[in-house]
Amino acid sequence: MSLITTLARLEAVDSGRARPLATVCHRHLTGRPLVLVPLTTAGEAGAPLGALVGTDRDAPRLLAVAQPRDRDLRFAFLAELAEAVLPHIESAADAVEPAERSEVDPETGRRTKVEVELCADAAQLIVPSRAGIDFVRLLGRSMRFRRTAEDDPDTPYPAPARVPLLGRWLTHYGERARVPGSSLLLATTDLLNRHWATGQSSLEDQHLGALLAWIDPPPGESGAEAAFRAELARDGAGQLLCPPAGPATDPAFDNRLLAPAIEAYDRARVALAAAEDGLTADARLGELSRAEREIRSLLAAVMRPTWDAVWRGLDLARGLPEGARSQDRWTRDRWSFTAHRDRVRAGEPPQPRRDDAVTAARKLAARETAQAQVEAQEALDDPLVLAGRRLAGEAFLGEVTEVEMTYTESKRPSPRPLVTVRTDERPHLGERTKVYRSLDGKPQTAEFVGYAADLAGRHAAESVAHAAEGPAGAESALVLRITDRMGRGREPAPGSVPEPGDRIAWTLFEHDQRGGPALPEAENTPWTHGGPPGGAEEAEKPDPVTAEDLL
Amino acid sequence: MATALGSPAPFGQSQFALVRGNAFEAKVKAGGGTELLRLLFERLGAGADAPGEAVLPDLTAAGPEGRTARTALALREATASDGWTLLDHPMLALEVAGSPVYLEPDAVVVHPDGTWTVVEIKSFPMIDASADAAKVGAAARQSAVYVLALERIASVTEGARVGHRVLLVCPKDFSNLPTASVVDVRKQRAVTRRQLTRLTRIEDIAAALPEGATFDPGCTREELGTAVEAVPAAYAPECLAACELAFHCRARSRAEGAVETLGRGVRGELGGLTTVAGVLAAASGKEGDPADPTVAALRRAAALRAEALETADGGARCR
Ligand code: SF4
Repeated sequence: MSLITTLARLEAVDSGRARPLATVCHRHLTGRPLVLVPLTTAGEAGAPLGALVGTDRDAPRLLAVAQPRDRDLRFAFLAELAEAVLPHIESAADAVEPAERSEVDPETGRRTKVEVELCADAAQLIVPSRAGIDFVRLLGRSMRFRRTAEDDPDTPYPAPARVPLLGRWLTHYGERARVPGSSLLLATTDLLNRHWATGQSSLEDQHLGALLAWIDPPPGESGAEAAFRAELARDGAGQLLCPPAGPATDPAFDNRLLAPAIEAYDRARVALAAAEDGLTADARLGELSRAEREIRSLLAAVMRPTWDAVWRGLDLARGLPEGARSQDRWTRDRWSFTAHRDRVRAGEPPQPRRDDAVTAARKLAARETAQAQVEAQEALDDPLVLAGRRLAGEAFLGEVTEVEMTYTESKRPSPRPLVTVRTDERPHLGERTKVYRSLDGKPQTAEFVGYAADLAGRHAAESVAHAAEGPAGAESALVLRITDRMGRGREPAPGSVPEPGDRIAWTLFEHDQRGGPALPEAENTPWTHGGPPGGAEEAEKPDPVTAEDLL
Repeated sequence: MATALGSPAPFGQSQFALVRGNAFEAKVKAGGGTELLRLLFERLGAGADAPGEAVLPDLTAAGPEGRTARTALALREATASDGWTLLDHPMLALEVAGSPVYLEPDAVVVHPDGTWTVVEIKSFPMIDASADAAKVGAAARQSAVYVLALERIASVTEGARVGHRVLLVCPKDFSNLPTASVVDVRKQRAVTRRQLTRLTRIEDIAAALPEGATFDPGCTREELGTAVEAVPAAYAPECLAACELAFHCRARSRAEGAVETLGRGVRGELGGLTTVAGVLAAASGKEGDPADPTVAALRRAAALRAEALETADGGARCR
């Protein structure tokens, strides 16, 4: 945590309200995100209990499993989940725009531009918390290797038709969520924690209710009081007023409400099976559906506050203007979404259980690049984020006091203006350190030449002695040499060189982060690193199913 | 006591988890532990003969002391024999802060060569051969305590050796078929041992308490509060997941304005400043020595933060 963040947290403690950590929204939010609030059965790995899902905040679709240990009921739940989620994904997959991508021509080995489709927008998925993201990943893993009756007529316990497909998509979303700065699958807590500092620890910030209480406390109450209520307050029946955001449930809910309701359901089922005539069967069927309705309403009641909290969180984040460069990251999400669509359409097998060494290394490298990229972009989009980098000596703000034109010594001289910048900050500059500024959204490079005082030589001692004390320390004058983006001519293009009086933010980090060295293609990888032989075949087998399987 | 102090702990276990955990453990140990021993032999059995029939000694006895003694005896007998022995829910004693604490591992297996292996049976899944790292870590810490307790008995048992690799048994993928992995707990064992030797003896804590202090939950909230306050505590947010008094300690720590309520790491950044008010006063220039590097850094941070917020408010953004 940077000192600025710590300070923001302390301000929050003091004021009783969360304080801003960002002045723009750094995550892209689509106009029509799909919100998913899942619940799972305690102690079971893959036994969902219920979910609220949908794109309309006033009309969530309720999915519930009356007896989580019953495979048929779980499959019915997953089939329904597929019907709720896949149309959302497919409508985005079908709306495309033409785009270009550079590919290596397999024959010539040269890079060429090819025309491809790019989905005009990707389907965004929002869950309440990080545990929700893990659950999406778990659901994906549990479904993508399932076989349907169509895949294999002999498969025991065939899965409903669209369940494996949902598994592949959820796996993709879960993987994408590991990429820093991605917005394809977001946890509401992460979204809010990125933009606000509360007066509690980051552990407590994982509680969605407490987090919202700090950011937007009810009138007349402090964030701390409201958060405490969200964490612990219970009604007369011992139930939490703000149920956990899932997928785990509160043990008191399980023990006092859900368990008796499930028992009643089981009893009604046994009774129905034992009915000997039509009349009794009708009556007992009524019992059964009553028991089922009871479970559904219990689950709905315990998920609804979380559902509303997610939408409230989205409202709060939408209250901030969107950071300019978050669009750029969203475009990457769209590429990722499109690429997965293409893999599914091409009939490729589901993602393997474990990545081979090359894929794993590739993903790791991509995530590192994405991390550096999101850090740079957020700093450029947001003065408050930039402030943290300035404090760390990785950026500085200064006023241009002087510009002196110089040129390269070549047959066709190019401009190399020397710009003197006055600042009271202390960037970590060494000889020829590169610094960058944003010029019409593109980075312009300069290199550090030296401190004006040192360059002036004998005046050095004098000017240090006369240095003014700014709020952040002594002022100094830095000399930078601009090295690019000034056009092709001898004289720089208009507007491409800073002018005296300009206040400019310079960064020591690059604005566009490029990936590291390329890794070999899978087929050129030695077997010690997971290359051929065998390849993906091994990973494709479905999980062995037994009568006791939970999913 | 937490309830009596007015901050009840929110812990509890769902009966679904309990039922599933018990069912899974029963399944793992069914049939005289055949499946359990098969897994153990597969992962840790190097050099020994495959277990056919294992001995399952009866460990019932009256009270924890009795059961501990019975366990020690069974361990000695098992070590002397040259077969496999499975101790189901043995009882071990470990001295913590000068008082004995009784522990009940899920199982301990004695190998033919006299090695004792701790077995932990957990109901979280191992998916594609890997389980949730946090949960495995917790299981490893728990097992390390058992290893320490076993080492005390082993030191007085001829031919005995406590394995530092414990067997963690979990459900495989989404089934309830057991699978196992070996966890080396040497690191956790060293950490726990260090913590145990550092713990103040309970008698010493008691001796430092004011006369008449009591921890009887039947007392009034004030009486209890005073008593609890007399014991030095170092609240940090990690307590919330582990300690039943955490909400009480948090309230107290917040009332004192301690910066640790925001996380242990925060303290390191703030040098000698320990309270929220102190830090904010230093940052705003009302207090503190500007020559102190922490104070200087705080003021710089505060100035940069204020300037950035102002820039954003004004809409004029510097690019
Ligand atoms: S300081 Fe932490 S561990 Fe100690 S009593 Fe308080 S909450 Fe429990």
